[in-house]
Amino acid sequence: MLVVENLQLKLNGNSIINGLDLHVGKAEIHGILGENGTGKTTIANLIMGTNNYRPTGGRIIFEGEDISELSVSQRAKRGITLAWQEPARVEGLTVRDYLSLSSKKGRADRIERYLLMVGMEPAQYLDRDIDDTLSGGERKRIEMASVLAMHPRLAILDEPDSGIDIVALPLLLNGIMEMNKQGSSVLLITHSEKMAEIAQRVSILCAGKIIRTGTPLESSQWFKNNCLTCPHINEPAY
Amino acid sequence: MVRYSVEKEYEGMIDAYQKAGGDKDVLKSRDTAKLVVHENKVLANDGIKGLKIDTVETDSGVRVNFTVEKGAKIDRPVHLCFGLLPKEGLQEIIMKVDAQDNSEVSVVAHCIFPNAVKVIHKMDADINIGANAKFDYKETHYHGEDGGIEVIPKARVTVGKGGVWQSTFALSQGLVGKLDYDFEVFCQEKAVAELVVKAYGRGSDDIKILEKIHLDGRGARGMAKSRLVLSDKARAEVRGETYGNAPYARGHVDCMELVNGKEAVAVAIPMVSVTDDTAKVTHEAAIGSIDRKQVETLMARGLDEDEAVDVIVRGILK
Repeated sequence: MLVVENLQLKLNGNSIINGLDLHVGKAEIHGILGENGTGKTTIANLIMGTNNYRPTGGRIIFEGEDISELSVSQRAKRGITLAWQEPARVEGLTVRDYLSLSSKKGRADRIERYLLMVGMEPAQYLDRDIDDTLSGGERKRIEMASVLAMHPRLAILDEPDSGIDIVALPLLLNGIMEMNKQGSSVLLITHSEKMAEIAQRVSILCAGKIIRTGTPLESSQWFKNNCLTCPHINEPAY
Repeated sequence: MVRYSVEKEYEGMIDAYQKAGGDKDVLKSRDTAKLVVHENKVLANDGIKGLKIDTVETDSGVRVNFTVEKGAKIDRPVHLCFGLLPKEGLQEIIMKVDAQDNSEVSVVAHCIFPNAVKVIHKMDADINIGANAKFDYKETHYHGEDGGIEVIPKARVTVGKGGVWQSTFALSQGLVGKLDYDFEVFCQEKAVAELVVKAYGRGSDDIKILEKIHLDGRGARGMAKSRLVLSDKARAEVRGETYGNAPYARGHVDCMELVNGKEAVAVAIPMVSVTDDTAKVTHEAAIGSIDRKQVETLMARGLDEDEAVDVIVRGILK
């Protein structure tokens, strides 16, 4: 489904992504586990094409096509989408309209279902704007509902659990797994070992490079033993 | 200049209103109070219990006396429809509004100039909102794509003790042309004023906005808000002024202008003044381009860039 080969990104002379290789299979939840500053969000931006990031080396292949130079819209039209760690707020755009944009034709009537899937009562939210009047957690859950409504082939979820309370977290996890059951691949970017447990495979990121891939249990254990106590942040010794 | 019969003018106005997205059944309904004026001709004038609309046709427009009687609560919005169908002309509306004590009304004004090439539309309003009266005024303009129109709305509003004045002026359909908006409100004790202007400037549109609120009574509150989006070679200057002149007066000026393109020019001049040490007036003014992250958020759901910008602009001007 997604093959990233020797991906590189240099910004202002600094290497941010250093020869990153990654494979995400069809209908796979693939976790990326990494400490702050290791390049997790940068990978999300490179795969989605956002933030004007274009690789300075390597390739991003999606279903056999090199998408490295495509626009964000072109990638979205091929079925890739991104849920931001801190989603944008848009004055005057209601939750209903936002989810309708994502929802494919004939599925607009299911918008309410997507809100329920992330633990939000439609009557309370559909006519509210996705602006500053929403809390951070509410906005994140709406972002997740919007991704669910899109039925993407590949969903990139950047720290979907940050700012989510303990009541809503299981709902969010269920939403991700439900989306996956329906055939979506998920690239789950997180620094939470707990979150990574729902993945089939988990890769560990350090200094813009995948240094290990394994089962969630193996990778989490390795991350706990090595990365959390690592004295040389972003200078991998492995 | 092409002349129209009264019937044709009325139908023409209703059609233009519908084409601009309005519901023509509202203007045809007998249960709705309304005033329809084409150029200087009154085509319809239907009052309702508690509301009187008197008109006098002048050479260049119409004088309107709009009275909401003491204690009257008008259930349905009152519709005012002003416009000019020919390409050239002048329409001057001189309006006197008297919303008497404890009255409540909501007024929706549609200003329709679909064919304007050389048109001037002026409104000069003297508005008095009585004690504890509530007046909600929404004015929406529908212009054509020629931009040959000059719109000059001016109003002086006095809001009595505990009264409420809320107005929204929106011009986002068709080219603005030249707009010189000037609203000034004087608030007495515990009175509330909210002024909102929303406009989408394109082509060579030239927009001037002046919103002034004087908080003269104890505990008076006011907000002057503007939302403008400019593209092509459009220019806009927005002045939001609020004066806290009385104890515990509270005011806020909120101005946001988005510039989409290299040749559009936006200027924002917020002005706040306080002459009482318990009054508080704040302001925020922001000019910038359309937020890239907002655009990309919508693009990541499959919208093209232009579509994404359009959704954002419509949201701001909604």
